[in-house]
Amino acid sequence: MHGIYYTLQQFLTHAKGVTYIIMVLALLAFLGFWRFLAGNDED
Amino acid sequence: MSRDTKTNGKPLLTPFNLVAGIILIIGAVVTFLRFTRGLGPVTNLSNYNPWGIWIGFDLLVGVALAAGGFVTSAACYIFGMKKFHSAVRPAILTGFLGYAMVVLALNYDVGRPWRLPYPFIVSQGTTSMLFEVGACVALYLTVLFLEFSPAALEWLGLKKLRNVLHSVTLVLTILGVILSTLHQSSLGALFLIAPSKLHPLWYSSYLPIYFFISAVIAGLSMVIFEGTLSHHYFEDKMDKTHMEEKDGVVLGFGKAASWVLAGYFIIKVIGIAVDNNWHYLATGYGAWYLVEILGFVALPCFLYAIGTREKNLTLIKWTAAWTVLGIMVNRLNVSLIAFNWQLPSSERYFPSWMEISITLFVITIGILVFRFIVTRMPIFYEHPEYGDSH
Repeated sequence: MHGIYYTLQQFLTHAKGVTYIIMVLALLAFLGFWRFLAGNDED
Repeated sequence: MSRDTKTNGKPLLTPFNLVAGIILIIGAVVTFLRFTRGLGPVTNLSNYNPWGIWIGFDLLVGVALAAGGFVTSAACYIFGMKKFHSAVRPAILTGFLGYAMVVLALNYDVGRPWRLPYPFIVSQGTTSMLFEVGACVALYLTVLFLEFSPAALEWLGLKKLRNVLHSVTLVLTILGVILSTLHQSSLGALFLIAPSKLHPLWYSSYLPIYFFISAVIAGLSMVIFEGTLSHHYFEDKMDKTHMEEKDGVVLGFGKAASWVLAGYFIIKVIGIAVDNNWHYLATGYGAWYLVEILGFVALPCFLYAIGTREKNLTLIKWTAAWTVLGIMVNRLNVSLIAFNWQLPSSERYFPSWMEISITLFVITIGILVFRFIVTRMPIFYEHPEYGDSH
């Protein structure tokens, strides 16, 4: 993932693109994690 | 309720007292050397490494672990989670003593204690992050003192003054949350001016957020950890309510810590992604970073979750101790281990035995004062004249 970037735009497109994908995956993972965490709650 | 302090009947020469006494004597000698001969003969600090463990451990770790005060009081008084009520006073006391010890340790590092108020009354460096840190420490220590005062005033029998302070509990709690948010994050912000000195894996423009969120984790874990130790050593000082609520505190705080750790893990990963620092993970520092982020963030997050789901209090308590250790690792990484990472090893900092002895000296004073207070004042029990009014 440490490619050569000739312009700032190339760098930001790559870095932000990866970041946004991680954020979407994280939000989905949070839903699952919350269900896991609260799975045994009585109420 | 009769509260018979049994300290009178206990022998003075216990192993704990003996070790504490030796640490205090050595600490007193080194204190004399520090304030008469200066930093040079006592520390391994240099122009390359002006901040050592007195800042990296005593201050940064001390402040993070003192976050239990604002976390617990906010949960109880602002979010209305009254089931954590019995944990508030021990947490406030731990926070107050933590901050008091931070200020004590800071005096060793900066010297000239009589100049401590100078940033406020002589030369206000309002553009400096350190000014903000200093202002928040001073203000928050005052707030913690006021939050703790009702317990001391109940012990002293000063009912009117106690009631006045008790009536402003909510205001003090809100002030505590505001000042802690500012202060914990500004400690991280201090390192923003050193992008060339701090290793890229630890340096991030999100450092203030990392410090604040990890402080919340530290606070939650410290309340569990401190509560576990207190139940072991001071169980005879605890009343029925405290004993009944203790398991709920461990479960509730364990669940919260797991959730916050999950968020912290994600924003740490996002920090790497935003700066595109993935390639550093394949280096030696990267391996150490992975130990921190997987071993001290992801692992306790998972263990807290398992412990909460299965109501396994022992697992949660051990995880809390592990997380407290993780906070120490993180703060030492940022301030010492990953700091000046490009210097040759001959120029790197390692604390002298005298620096370590002062750190132990400060911790020992904190523990002794904590023991003095909890064996005398209504910290783990409600004072019979006030009931559960606080």
